[in-house]
Amino acid sequence: MAGEVDVWSKLRALTPARVALDRSGDAPSLRSVLDFQLAHAHARDAIHTAFDAAAIAEALKPRETLSVESRAGDRATYLKRPDLGRRLSEASAPRIPRLDCDVAFVVADGLSATGVESHAAAVLDAVMPLIPSLTVGPVVIASQARVAIADEIGERMGARISAILIGERPGLSVSDSLGIYVTYGPRIGRSDAERNCISNIHGHGLTPRRAAETLAWLLHQALDRGLSGVRLKDESGGGPRLVGG
Amino acid sequence: MTSYSAVAGGQTFRFEDLKHLLAAASPQRSGDALAGLAATSDVERVAARYALADLPLKTFLSEAVVPYEDDEVTRLIVDRHDAEAFAPLASMTVGDFRDWLLARETDEVALSAAAPGLTPEMAAAVSKLMRNQDLIAVARKARVVTAFRDTIGLPGRLATRLQPNHPTDDPRGIGVSILDGLLKGAGDAVIGINPATDSIENASRLLWMLDELRQTYDIPTQSCVLTHVTNAIAIMENGGPIDLVFQSIAGTQKANASFGVDLGVLKEARDAALQLKRGTVGQNVMYFETGQGAALSADAHHGIDQQTVEARAYAVAREFQPLLVNTVVGFIGPEYLFDGKEIIRAGLEDHFCGKLLGLPMGCDVCYTNHAEADQDDMDTMMTVLTTAGVTFLITVPGADDVMLSYQSLSFEDMLYLRSTFGVRPAPEFERWLVEMELLHPDGSLAVPDLRTNRLGRLAELEPQ
Repeated sequence: MAGEVDVWSKLRALTPARVALDRSGDAPSLRSVLDFQLAHAHARDAIHTAFDAAAIAEALKPRETLSVESRAGDRATYLKRPDLGRRLSEASAPRIPRLDCDVAFVVADGLSATGVESHAAAVLDAVMPLIPSLTVGPVVIASQARVAIADEIGERMGARISAILIGERPGLSVSDSLGIYVTYGPRIGRSDAERNCISNIHGHGLTPRRAAETLAWLLHQALDRGLSGVRLKDESGGGPRLVGG
Repeated sequence: MTSYSAVAGGQTFRFEDLKHLLAAASPQRSGDALAGLAATSDVERVAARYALADLPLKTFLSEAVVPYEDDEVTRLIVDRHDAEAFAPLASMTVGDFRDWLLARETDEVALSAAAPGLTPEMAAAVSKLMRNQDLIAVARKARVVTAFRDTIGLPGRLATRLQPNHPTDDPRGIGVSILDGLLKGAGDAVIGINPATDSIENASRLLWMLDELRQTYDIPTQSCVLTHVTNAIAIMENGGPIDLVFQSIAGTQKANASFGVDLGVLKEARDAALQLKRGTVGQNVMYFETGQGAALSADAHHGIDQQTVEARAYAVAREFQPLLVNTVVGFIGPEYLFDGKEIIRAGLEDHFCGKLLGLPMGCDVCYTNHAEADQDDMDTMMTVLTTAGVTFLITVPGADDVMLSYQSLSFEDMLYLRSTFGVRPAPEFERWLVEMELLHPDGSLAVPDLRTNRLGRLAELEPQ
């Protein structure tokens, strides 16, 4: 079976998926069961890691930033009460300045602080040179936040469009994935169908540069057409790419 | 609006309307607590069940949980109701209906005949009076058979969706996962990719890839890229190879709007797919996904508990005669279904309600990493659902979806279910597996040598 082993070692390199597991009877081998349990333990720990907003602000320098919190005061509340994660705390809300700019950028912890810490600065650095004609406010760093918090932030800022970079739910293979949601005309109560999403930005997924190109395309298109969401299809060609491509 | 009351343990409880009664009678779950609808005590919950047990079943025909004028899903439920099919049940209470469902005389034929007379709210209501074993026992009696290139839902069969997702939609990475799944007999319900990027261009490319693969090996199954229904319509207009039209749906017009769909666009897509006449043994061309919590998360639940509003999504599904309906039960997260106990209960409820309403109900036995659940809960859940006669289950390599970042079932889990319960793949697909020397004629898995097996050509997977 040596040839078989060679075939699968080649194939395994083509995907992070857990393919061709060894078996004991019909069950996966004990080794793969324990590997799975370890990965699950890592993911669980990533979710409960505290978000270091000050470190993000430091990484984004010299860009101007502003740190805010949602109404979910802690992680346990955040996990059970998505409604609170979508709204700014009473203390945070008045601190968003009214700027009437084009784009409100938000960086939020979501379910993976590590995803934000690993990739948000790189995406922002890559996207800014691609949108030179657009005016942007300070980058708002939001803790215990869900996607829709960008609606309230964008509305308060008077921005024409919002883009939130947020930590995605950790999986077993990837616990540092970043997603981006773009919403034209941000205001409280926007539905998810009115957003465009770029997901899977991480070391084995979409590169920050590629994500920034798609983001810039979406921002320009949404502003030109005056809409975002399912009616704005991603035709940027920034879609499927080979790993590292 | 009628209010309801019940006495339990010497205490009197009042429920201001039908929605509140249904919500209070629901087994505990975090989503109803989030919505402020859950019973405030365990005694209140049981009191609600006493009241619900005495409620005439026909109440649901006169009291809509969302007004007829405001919601096209309510209009669909009311306008499509078959009074003749309902006639034998018309004098029953919800409690009587539970007893009727459990009666030995109530068989597959009786359940099928009743289905068009049942509304989603009736199914949801009776489920709240049923223990897990009741949900299993009744669902097991129901039979729903659908077909496209193979036949799904026959007795003694359990189909699987092969879900070969990849974080960047890399065709070679997807190909490796498909190969792994086919080698273990998965894929008779559908080979279905969730695209990382939901665009027309990307979905088309993946569809052509899947179609070429299917035709090369003459696999009697159907492929699907789970892209938005409007993308599917555009792809069909461009001549793309769509077997099944996919869409996530929910139980209110407003929740469907949050998915960017309505009944009109679903009909348009189904009509277009039927025109293609790609099915060989049947023409069920739709694939729907649902899940408790979807309506609440879109703030479109109208004060209805999450299990009842989920059942209303099945009224949307059955209008379009789908090949497959999948409740993605644990995907939504702990704010709706907190732990393994809540997820398992919800899976059994959804499967029961779907089957009762005449749908080919499958389940994504799954959880996310922020829920209080693990693979032991999934083992329990797939075992009870298989006992309940679930139509199909979702499978991904090693139970780990590396694109959607959640855990489902593995191809190996199906080997456990097949050997423990004797459940087999769809007959056309099973014959193909035997012809391809992937399965022994006795149903046990062969372990083919990829250097000599025809499927080994897939393993060459050269860079493009």
